Amino acid sequence: MSIRGKAYIAGVYEHPLREATGKTVPQLHAEVAKGALEDAGLTKDDIDAYYCAGDVPGLGPLNQAEYMGLNVAQFDSTEVGGSSYVAHVNHAAQAIAMGHCKVALITLAGRPRADAKENYRTRPGGGPPADYAFEAPFRPVVTNMYGMAAMRHMHEYGTTSEQLAWVKVAASHHAQHNEHAMLRNVVTVEDVVNSPMISDPLHRLDCCVMSDGGGAVIVVAPEIAAQLKRPVVKVLGAGEAIKHLNGGKVDLTYSGARWSGPKAFEEAGVTPADIKYASIYDSFTITVVETLEDLGFCAKGEGGKFVADGNLISGVGKLPFNTDGGGLCNNHPTDRGGITKVIEAVRQLRGEAHPKVQVPNCDIALAHGTGGLLGSRMGSATLIMGGADA
Amino acid sequence: MSELNGMNRPSKVRAPRVNDETKGFWDATGEGKLLVKHCNSCGENHFYPRSFCPFCFSDDTEYLETAGRGTIYTYSVMRRTKEPWAIAYVTLDEGPTMMTNLIDCDFDKLEIGQAVKVAFIDTGEGTAVPFFAPA
Repeated sequence: MSIRGKAYIAGVYEHPLREATGKTVPQLHAEVAKGALEDAGLTKDDIDAYYCAGDVPGLGPLNQAEYMGLNVAQFDSTEVGGSSYVAHVNHAAQAIAMGHCKVALITLAGRPRADAKENYRTRPGGGPPADYAFEAPFRPVVTNMYGMAAMRHMHEYGTTSEQLAWVKVAASHHAQHNEHAMLRNVVTVEDVVNSPMISDPLHRLDCCVMSDGGGAVIVVAPEIAAQLKRPVVKVLGAGEAIKHLNGGKVDLTYSGARWSGPKAFEEAGVTPADIKYASIYDSFTITVVETLEDLGFCAKGEGGKFVADGNLISGVGKLPFNTDGGGLCNNHPTDRGGITKVIEAVRQLRGEAHPKVQVPNCDIALAHGTGGLLGSRMGSATLIMGGADA
Repeated sequence: MSELNGMNRPSKVRAPRVNDETKGFWDATGEGKLLVKHCNSCGENHFYPRSFCPFCFSDDTEYLETAGRGTIYTYSVMRRTKEPWAIAYVTLDEGPTMMTNLIDCDFDKLEIGQAVKVAFIDTGEGTAVPFFAPA
């Protein structure tokens, strides 16, 4: 398998301006995108992958995808200066060759000369993203952005604080066995709902810990895996998506997992019923409830009922989750921690989780990461893995 | 609501950084007008305002003055601070949902679906920031 002959460059556009006074950086990216689409004879809605580098304002591709109204199944914001965009062609061709996308957009744009004339600080990213001036005055911080999602989910589906609390309770049952976990005390639903309110309706114990630390993962080719002594985990399928405010058609009751999950399940050739263990990104309890619904572990709106009564506790419920204690109890390195989701899934598939939380015969596992904010724009990534024989 | 005027109202609001793409919006705030963007190609309204329609990618967009009225889509009151504030999304009568803060109100009596109207707070630099208060 190679990219040779598997992908074609169908449209290009070079911006005519050499001093872009009167334009914003997001606007310039949209202009070159429009130009390349017209050259190719395609439309915006044909785009299912977006590649950009550090010249795009905001968090990776998220803010620019929102500006342009993209709904993409693949993205990459590898930032290696001027080589980025050539690398992006390679990455896009690989994704196309693997059938992960069909139409990839790559953009570069900026206005350092106009910035200098207007006394803006010139830097990669060209200043704040386009959404900034319309949000910053209202002090969106992480907790109130997730709080707004929880509030709406409760309003539409009757989800309760007690149901959300069960997510934390399950995590704490697991964390008691992890000697490295920050919070090892088992808590009850009452403990969670009686903890101080941070931002309605999220209590302190609905929120993940803040921690240092980190993690690493090695991915290898089958021929290397065959030579290694340690148990290896087979990658079965993956999906990714960007979800944003969609030009003001706002719906905070679902996450990007609604799109990344089905893609991962399809590629893996399994269904949610096959998943023996799930690492679910748990910045907040509501993050888990919405993600489980979106991944198809239960119907939309049923997440609260699904997580209640210990259903996420290993050895007790139907879907053991975050058996390391997760972000809610174990760690959340450098305020993102998504890699820990892969790591605990690997432990489970190797049969090396703590004996008290190890899922018996764990042959298929899922790891899901959420980045950005459930209350505005986010990246979602789902990974399905199996044992060496899966 | 008159007895609540001034409640939870920020005493000072920093002027937004205005650029060429959003100048029309911010200039209008100085005159007490809340605008959204309208696409002449597909007919959709969008927010925040941008040159390109995020629905059809047409660059044939223009500002549309709203009535400044809407309903609370969701909100969250930040409690873990000396001076709590209520972040919210408000769905305008003209369609788009926008981020704001709810002011001039009792935070414990807010409800999703509640009618609200824009309450501009002047930045002192010719612009105003669109907060919302109970209608």
